[in-house]
Amino acid sequence: MSTDTEGLSVSRVALYAVLVAMALFYLAPLETGLMTAIKTQDAFFSSTPFVPPFGDGFTLQPWYEAWAQMQGPLTDFSGALYNSAFVAIPATVLSGLIGSVAAYGLTNLNWRGQAGVLMLFVAGMFVPYQSVLVPLTRFWTIVGLQNYLAGVPFLAQRVGLIELIVTHTAYGIPICTILFRSYYASFDQSMLEAARIDGATFTRIYQRIIFPLSKPMFAVVLIYQFTQVWNDFLFALVLVSSPTSEVATIALNKLQGSMVQQYNVQMAAAFVAALPTLLVYVLFGDQFAEGVAGET
Amino acid sequence: MLESLFRRLVTRGSGEESDPSGDDVRTDGGTVTKTATESTGGSQRSWRESEFVRSLPFWLPPALLMGLFVYGAIGWNAVISLTEWEGFGSPDYGNLDFSMYARMLADPTFVAAARNTVVLLVAFTVVSLVVGLLVAILVDRGIRFENTLRTVYLLPMSLSFVVTAIFWAWMYNPEFGLINVVLRGVGLGFLANDWISDPSTKLAAVIFALMWQFSGYCMVVYLAGLRAIPSDQFEAARIDGASTLRMYWRVIIPQLRASTMSAAVVLMVFALKAFDFLYVMFGDTPGPSTDILATMMFREAFSSSNWAYGAAIATVLFGLALVVIGPYLYVQYQRGDL
Repeated sequence: MSTDTEGLSVSRVALYAVLVAMALFYLAPLETGLMTAIKTQDAFFSSTPFVPPFGDGFTLQPWYEAWAQMQGPLTDFSGALYNSAFVAIPATVLSGLIGSVAAYGLTNLNWRGQAGVLMLFVAGMFVPYQSVLVPLTRFWTIVGLQNYLAGVPFLAQRVGLIELIVTHTAYGIPICTILFRSYYASFDQSMLEAARIDGATFTRIYQRIIFPLSKPMFAVVLIYQFTQVWNDFLFALVLVSSPTSEVATIALNKLQGSMVQQYNVQMAAAFVAALPTLLVYVLFGDQFAEGVAGET
Repeated sequence: MLESLFRRLVTRGSGEESDPSGDDVRTDGGTVTKTATESTGGSQRSWRESEFVRSLPFWLPPALLMGLFVYGAIGWNAVISLTEWEGFGSPDYGNLDFSMYARMLADPTFVAAARNTVVLLVAFTVVSLVVGLLVAILVDRGIRFENTLRTVYLLPMSLSFVVTAIFWAWMYNPEFGLINVVLRGVGLGFLANDWISDPSTKLAAVIFALMWQFSGYCMVVYLAGLRAIPSDQFEAARIDGASTLRMYWRVIIPQLRASTMSAAVVLMVFALKAFDFLYVMFGDTPGPSTDILATMMFREAFSSSNWAYGAAIATVLFGLALVVIGPYLYVQYQRGDL
């Protein structure tokens, strides 16, 4: 009996040891990055990467430098972090709202073509962006957005960012629709039926019942989509050419190319660029996990 | 299920002439319109059609916006791939042929990139699934701090590839990077390598880093799959005297087929478009050992202005994505999930 529990506890200890080792594995690059970001150049070239700095090896200088390159003063509204927020917030809200409305239209009815339309939405999630890049740049060249925005300097300077908002919204619609649809499909149909019998129209049912009940799913969709848009690199790389419209990921890549040996500044800049998504993840990890799992 | 609901309502409406609820269902804003009264005759089809028409404003505009950007662009891309478009100016759509695809087959860079893409796709998917499954099985064993650990494991997924590529470039640094420092520390210094410069380890190093980023996602998918298996199945296998390992292999893992499939689709499609990470680490020319179709497409189109050639490579990528998601969509459709 006692050997049994001992054997059990030994296997339990082993289990926790493996789990903790895995946690260390997932955290190691971040921890190493963080420690490197608070070391002087001399210190990180002479010390073990994951060990905290001591004595005069400690410095916050890399963070000042990284911040200056990634954003600059908070009053600079063309800083990379502001630009990312300028794109990510509207694109997230728009694709979330549109996805919710589309999902509602595709849930509460039954017609023959529905599976086909849905299939287009599901496949839309998986399309490699490379296969649309060339026409996408061509499309925005032909549209010539700057001609329409000439009267509004604030927007005219951000043509590339506005193109990004529209592009991200369009490519975010499939995943948002699918997430909302699986949520709406789980609703109690008798409640909707009752509303219908009471004479509520299709639109009214959405406004009065579906939309208010969508809050938990909006949290999931908005958090997931915000992370996706903020982290995007490829669309920004091909659509944004103006240096004052750089988003955080582009600015970070540029910084990495220009400060080759300054790993401490590189690491600090990586954290600056990742800060909003890390914050969102720490605060809303469960919703993020649900969004990630919803992709399947 | 909805259909039968509608049918029931309709038959009730037509059966009892004075039942207001039957009419109300077919009206907007509660007023009985003429058409609604007429359709009380029981034409189930027109009823459904009006429902279809009323739902149109909800899903059609989003579908059109998405369709224009996704499917319109894919079609346009395919057309561009048939032109000879290069450099400045606009494509000439008058003269379409498959010359770009012929050029592709004769291009050793393309062949190498296609091979690397397949290697990345297979190796990355298998490794991430295996690690994710093992971690999920461990997390599923009624542990404490489950939420904390899960949060830690999934953390890399919340980071941009630009960020993780910068972290891993530092991890792989031949002199000061953590990987080599640890290897030297545990007496395996002879294994230390310049991981991301050595052509023989470059691709493996990328796959390892991507596995780091994605295995947490696999863990989440598998954990959901494991939780869906009734616990008496675990019990039954144990009573049968099956060893834990055999129990998982024979009883549990076969039931995770759906999880495996959906996670594998996401991973494989990602592997096809894994561009950001490679571009940040190596620029637009990762070299023949690590070049994949996604980087080659970008290089040809956006660095060399070989737009038509880039579009042709992009079409191949889309074709590969179709090969991956086609069966998945088919199974989803068969199961009635769509």
